[in-house]
Amino acid sequence: MAVLAHEMLSLKSSEDVVLARQLVRKWAVDMGFSLVDQTKIVTAASELARNTVLHGGGGTMQIESLNDQDRRGLKLVFEDQGPGIPDVERALRDGFTTGGGLGLGLGGARRLSNDFDIQSCPGEGTRIHFTRWRS
Amino acid sequence: MERIPILKMGGYLLVTIQVDMHDRLALTLQDDLTDRIVKTHAKGVLIDISSLEVVDSFIGRMLCNIAAMSKVLDAETVVVGMRPAVAITLVELGLSLKGVRTALNVEKGMIALEQSIKRRMPGNGRLGS
Repeated sequence: MAVLAHEMLSLKSSEDVVLARQLVRKWAVDMGFSLVDQTKIVTAASELARNTVLHGGGGTMQIESLNDQDRRGLKLVFEDQGPGIPDVERALRDGFTTGGGLGLGLGGARRLSNDFDIQSCPGEGTRIHFTRWRS
Repeated sequence: MERIPILKMGGYLLVTIQVDMHDRLALTLQDDLTDRIVKTHAKGVLIDISSLEVVDSFIGRMLCNIAAMSKVLDAETVVVGMRPAVAITLVELGLSLKGVRTALNVEKGMIALEQSIKRRMPGNGRLGS
């Protein structure tokens, strides 16, 4: 699997969440994703970027365009050095919330993905991989 | 401070969200709307989201909150103009917008508002029954 291009964005405030949405939209459009897929990717990016700001105390989003044999994919990596997620399985469950939201962010973003992976260490931070392949 | 404009039209309040809102702006809109409902005695709120390319769980929660708060303040809320791709994504995200009335466009939304307000007024619209 080859990374064809990548870009990094710093996430510190709720304005940065808007920037993340706009940047991811631009990449998804440039890579030829359908309108529905663009919307799914941007929505997931919004949820995950907000989590990075609210729960991770800020961090980064890396966008990558992938080439895997015949298929193209858009990968988003969210990283923070926040408190980490003590129980990842529980955090993925719908309705689980510590931020006063609906508790759909993490589980919802996973449902909008094709590949999804969370690495989190309490006290060290969280790294989330989100990938959607072009159909 | 940046704000989403709220227009008064007869007994209704009309909001057209035309910018990509950050979270604080969404919360401000929520507060401003409840204020205006009380100040203007509005009976209905129409929120046009046809310009929104994304509705995530935060905006979804804002729409649910506005509908619930306006109900408590004796006003009906109708959300109109949701794009098909947004609707598909919302359902997959797990958000059903419970308690939020929707209509396809502003015109249908106005009709829905008028009907539900008529229904709540005793005698109105049910003459002879």
